[in-house]
Amino acid sequence: MSFIRKPALAASCLVAASVLLAHPAVAQESPTLKKIKDSGTIALGHRESSIPFSYYDDKQQVVGYSQELLLKIVDAVKTELKLPTLAVKLTPVTSQNRIPLVQNGTIDIECGSTTHNTERARQAAFSNTIFIIGTRLMTKKDSGIKDFPDLAGKNVVTTAGTTSERLIRKMNEDKKLGMNIISAKDHGEAFLTLETGRAVAFMMDDALLYGEMAKARKPADWTVLGTPQSFEAYGCMMRKDDPGFKKVVDAALAKAMTSGEAEAIYKKWFTQPIPPKGLNLNFPLSEAMQKLYKAPNDKAFD
Amino acid sequence: MGYHWNWGIFLTPAASGDSTYLGWMLAGLQTTVALSLSAWIIALLLGSLMGVLRTVPGRWLSGMASAYVEIFRNIPLLVQLFIWYFVLPELLPFGIGEAFKQKLDPVTQQFTAAMVCLAFFTSARVCEQVRAGIGALPPGQKNAGLALGFTLPQTYRYVLLPMAFRLVVPPLTSEFLNIFKNSAVCSTIGLLELAAQGRQLVDYTAQPYESFIAVTLLYLIINVVVMSLMRVVEAHSRVPGYLGGK
Amino acid sequence: MYEFDWSSIPGALPFLWDGLKVSLEITVTAVAVGIVWGTLLAMLRLSSVRWLGALAAAYVNLFRSIPLVMVLLWFFLIVPQLLKGALSLDPNTDVRLTSAMIGFALFESAYYSEIIRAGIQSVPKGQASAASALGMTYAQAMRLVVLPQAFRNMVPLLLTQAIVLFQDTSLVYVSALADFFGAAYKVGDRDGRLVELLLFAGAVYFVICFAASQLVRRYQKKLNAHVAH
Repeated sequence: MSFIRKPALAASCLVAASVLLAHPAVAQESPTLKKIKDSGTIALGHRESSIPFSYYDDKQQVVGYSQELLLKIVDAVKTELKLPTLAVKLTPVTSQNRIPLVQNGTIDIECGSTTHNTERARQAAFSNTIFIIGTRLMTKKDSGIKDFPDLAGKNVVTTAGTTSERLIRKMNEDKKLGMNIISAKDHGEAFLTLETGRAVAFMMDDALLYGEMAKARKPADWTVLGTPQSFEAYGCMMRKDDPGFKKVVDAALAKAMTSGEAEAIYKKWFTQPIPPKGLNLNFPLSEAMQKLYKAPNDKAFD
Repeated sequence: MGYHWNWGIFLTPAASGDSTYLGWMLAGLQTTVALSLSAWIIALLLGSLMGVLRTVPGRWLSGMASAYVEIFRNIPLLVQLFIWYFVLPELLPFGIGEAFKQKLDPVTQQFTAAMVCLAFFTSARVCEQVRAGIGALPPGQKNAGLALGFTLPQTYRYVLLPMAFRLVVPPLTSEFLNIFKNSAVCSTIGLLELAAQGRQLVDYTAQPYESFIAVTLLYLIINVVVMSLMRVVEAHSRVPGYLGGK
Repeated sequence: MYEFDWSSIPGALPFLWDGLKVSLEITVTAVAVGIVWGTLLAMLRLSSVRWLGALAAAYVNLFRSIPLVMVLLWFFLIVPQLLKGALSLDPNTDVRLTSAMIGFALFESAYYSEIIRAGIQSVPKGQASAASALGMTYAQAMRLVVLPQAFRNMVPLLLTQAIVLFQDTSLVYVSALADFFGAAYKVGDRDGRLVELLLFAGAVYFVICFAASQLVRRYQKKLNAHVAH
């Protein structure tokens, strides 16, 4: 028996090899595209409660602004690989595990609310910017706080590990403001710290502040104000050194932005009621975002 | 895997403050040790008291002690911590809760809530161990104590507890080690202990593996130290005539 | 005073129920594996073969030295890769649940082994001596004389540890796996109702664990009555 089987095996190897050789175009240039093509599946990373970028609705479906742009990217990959039936696998990620999961291949691309900065760019590649935020303050309307200097000597909360945390600590040292800075584990706890009166203000990315404000028991009590202390670019994260894949991703995002599709998605998530509770963020399109939609790019701000 | 290793990260100046990232880790280690030790002392005292109360004949006292244990043992630590820190100040009469939240420095608030939470949580477990230790003694010991004319408190003080504590040293060692590890949960309320500093390092430097390895090693060191200490205690407290005894 | 708003909970019940099932699955697996592997480790530790004892001690001490959160983090980052390599799984299989189960089982067996070791040590030495005087081998003495008594003494502690383990499943949040606690937290975070959801989760944990610990106590009473007989 063995003498029949062995040539058969060899022959099937040859067939497999020739199939691979027959599609040299994308598969060989990009390891990620090759992996997607071979497995027939694209692995996407998403967040679970990053409103309105990437989160679960009440039917446990992943929705949000970043998720819709991510699905545009999936469409572009389908076209590129001529695989209309490409399967999609969704993996929830946290801010702690997203970099290792992209690197070890569990996910091919992550789109949520990940800031593109130089430290992270050493570990992963970033797509064209999908969103630009400014770091500002949320406070009670009657708190008397108008801008950052008013925070002197007060308790201020921010979320651990964010740019806001670094900026406010630095500001506190440089200007000797004597603030007590509380670093909460996530945005939800940071807002709870503000809501329960432990801090007078919450410094964070403005888009996320509008998200927390919409969730509040009494949204009308709160306001977002202050001069933005920095601007940050959110991008989708991929494995490094795979220009073939990045090119497909960037082209898909650029097309969505210049065609007006991205702006329609923006309006849907930032200026209209969104699931699960029909909240409206009322966050108008900023100038920086208008510029981005006209000229898509992958520049980080830091 | 395409990971960019950089062990030098620990010696580079940290993003804020005047220390290095190694300094962050050591500050976290210090908080973890201070938090765990202070919580352990409270837990040991409170737990022993409750453990004794659970074995006394009076219905009220043992009932109260057992309700105490059930409450602190049957709710996950994470949830308890959250209740101590976020919910309790809201339920207190207005003045007290507000004073706690606004007059105290945030780090003190976090440390206090974490310490009290860990202490109560652990005391319920210590209580059960102490009770089990007393329960494991032959009933004759208590009867003999009473027959000799000791009062009940004297019987506990001179007969039951010295023996029971020696029996429960191994499980108490476990609880002592547990309190260090359980303190890692306290990062959820923003307290910058060891695990939280590790996480902060990941956020600031995007070097997760170096940080996880360093944190794991530091916990290992804490435990080697505690275990060596407890081994001495265990060796001195073994009861001759029992397996493992001298 | 805080204004409670419980309206997020009814709609989220199916999701929370799924989370509870994940918590229970992990608990049952870890208890089953933990008792078997823990007994073995305890016997190795107490055996007269030196290097086996040292090996078992090293295992137990290693796992008892690291916070569960860190163990789960490592298992979540590394084990899936090994599993996929070893079993040549499809790279897209979701192994988060499996890796959480393996992590918990290996971690908990270290704790079970300590409880069982203490149990074995609580059996008076005379029992083992009597067994060997009767001509039993070490294994026979363990199986027929020491372990049955040790287990009877230790069952309440073993079950209590299982209840602790059920609560500890809340720590799988590091892998973003939606167990009961994780599900409650996610819903609370999404709707800005963390306090309500976590109080609800606390109440559910309390009811389940309290009921379980009452059963343990009833069992213990029966046991004590039996022994007193």
